[in-house]
Amino acid sequence: MNTDIEPPDIRTPVVETPVIETRGLGKRYRGRPALTECTLSIPAGSVTGLVGPNGAGKSTFLNLVTGMLAPSAGTIRVLGSAPAAQLAKVGFVAQDTPTYAGMSIADHFRLGAHLNPAWDQGYASARISRLDLDPKQKAGRLSGGQRAQLALTMAIAKRPELLILDEPVAALDPLARRGFLDDLTEAARTRQLSVVLSSHLVSDLDRACDWLIVLTGGRVRAAGPIRHLLAAHPGMTTEDMVLSYLEKTS
Amino acid sequence: MTWLTWRQSRIQFVTAAIALVVLALAYGLTGAGLNHLYALYGSHPAEFLAQVRTGSYPLLYFAGGAVMYLAPLIIGAFWGAPLIARELEAGTHKLAWNQSVTRTRWLLVKLAIGGGAAMAFAGIAGLLLTWWAGPIDRAGGFPVGTSQLSKFEPMVFGTRGIVPIGAAALAFTIGMCAGLLLRRVIPAMAVTLGLFAGLLVAMPLVVSPHLITPAQYTRPVTVSLTTMAMTGSGEISDPVTNMPGAWILTDQIITKSGSVFALPDVPACQTGTQAQCDAWLAAQPLRQHLVYQPASRYWTYQLLETLIWLALAVLLASLTLRRIKAVLFHDREDFCPRFGGKSLRDHAGCRRG
Repeated sequence: MNTDIEPPDIRTPVVETPVIETRGLGKRYRGRPALTECTLSIPAGSVTGLVGPNGAGKSTFLNLVTGMLAPSAGTIRVLGSAPAAQLAKVGFVAQDTPTYAGMSIADHFRLGAHLNPAWDQGYASARISRLDLDPKQKAGRLSGGQRAQLALTMAIAKRPELLILDEPVAALDPLARRGFLDDLTEAARTRQLSVVLSSHLVSDLDRACDWLIVLTGGRVRAAGPIRHLLAAHPGMTTEDMVLSYLEKTS
Repeated sequence: MTWLTWRQSRIQFVTAAIALVVLALAYGLTGAGLNHLYALYGSHPAEFLAQVRTGSYPLLYFAGGAVMYLAPLIIGAFWGAPLIARELEAGTHKLAWNQSVTRTRWLLVKLAIGGGAAMAFAGIAGLLLTWWAGPIDRAGGFPVGTSQLSKFEPMVFGTRGIVPIGAAALAFTIGMCAGLLLRRVIPAMAVTLGLFAGLLVAMPLVVSPHLITPAQYTRPVTVSLTTMAMTGSGEISDPVTNMPGAWILTDQIITKSGSVFALPDVPACQTGTQAQCDAWLAAQPLRQHLVYQPASRYWTYQLLETLIWLALAVLLASLTLRRIKAVLFHDREDFCPRFGGKSLRDHAGCRRG
């Protein structure tokens, strides 16, 4: 066992059901471990950054949260029930934020309205006009940043309790990235959303997140509120701290 | 889901509707003339068939058959194959399957509406052509050479009655399933075309003849090279004219011992005239041996083939429904992008493979 693992944070009072709760969660692909002994509890209302290099187990973790993979060991509860049991309560924005190139923004919203019982058309329309986008515009003609915004708008208008974003800003330029993350944190605050966000860029997470999970080699190296983690690393920036977690395990 | 299915497949729906209107106009208008001809000449099939060989009737007859064979191939390749593959290729399945509708329901609605429309299209087109060709089929089939194409002949059989409905359902599900397994539109289209065409050929060659034990028939025959054709290997074929509407599986001239007769090297046929050869042949105790499916089994066969196509379609649909649950949203990373300006490739955990 690695002795550098941060102890679970006991100072954050958990009043609600945790959005994600895992105990000894593990996943093996053909005998090769991809995620090992993952025990954590993400409180409701947090914006959690999931960080780690490739092969660290981020994708495996997200696949387990969305219920696409079944665990090989341990348990996972999402919003208090089995993963994928509450499709309407979990929003998901995939990497590269796919949209239908031939369909207009308005068509995407029509799709959302037809496929989601709690669809918030008022929110979707207001957000798109605030972004100065024409609803008649085809998604295929939007820039990468605008497409990401459309995908985020759809995921929020679904009114989920938990929003998961897989590398949502990886393809965006720095300005679009900042706009996206600011919008995301604002939506999380005003709409009582819990957010889990994976990224390679610590600066992204620093901007948007109040909770952090560091994964390497399929193990959780640190998990907790960022300010508590930083308190244990005096004088360090978030980036330095994350790199030190990564270097300790190499 | 209904709206989304329509929105995503409206080109296919509209194309199918236009095709149906064109077919209805072409065959509806000429069908009246054909029925009129049959009313005039129906009691003399030879006269009627001579008339059918004129004007636009041959073109319409064969074009109709081509349409009925092409329709399921087009349905499978351009409707079934892109259904899932296009989503996987563009990544849009991650958008579609993350709404509040399960992917099982997503697929079931697409399958019900798309597959249902494909079956309806093939069914209506098939019944229209069956009605149009009705007089020709009742007269024994379209004349080809010295023979006729009865509606039980493999080439015609699949274009008539209810079989096209089953064929359309199967082609659609082959496309859908191939799209899920191959995850690319173009390979899925190619596999759909190849597989379905293979099944279309295999059915009458390998499966159909044995669905019901064929009937056999033997009669003494006087072989004549004047009226009969001879193959390169010396076998004689005598066109069957006394079994209208039957599906002839084998038609052979056999010897007294039962083996297939091949013209031997006898002087009468090698150096003699055709009359001398015919005279020699007439003295041989030859019989015509037929293996066939009688015309009375036509609708049993229609039902059996339709059920086989539908059963295969159900099998593939359930396989697709099961496999679609295994599609992951997050592929395991196989690259190492940059991390805070430094490459993570050097860090622990970033190992390839």
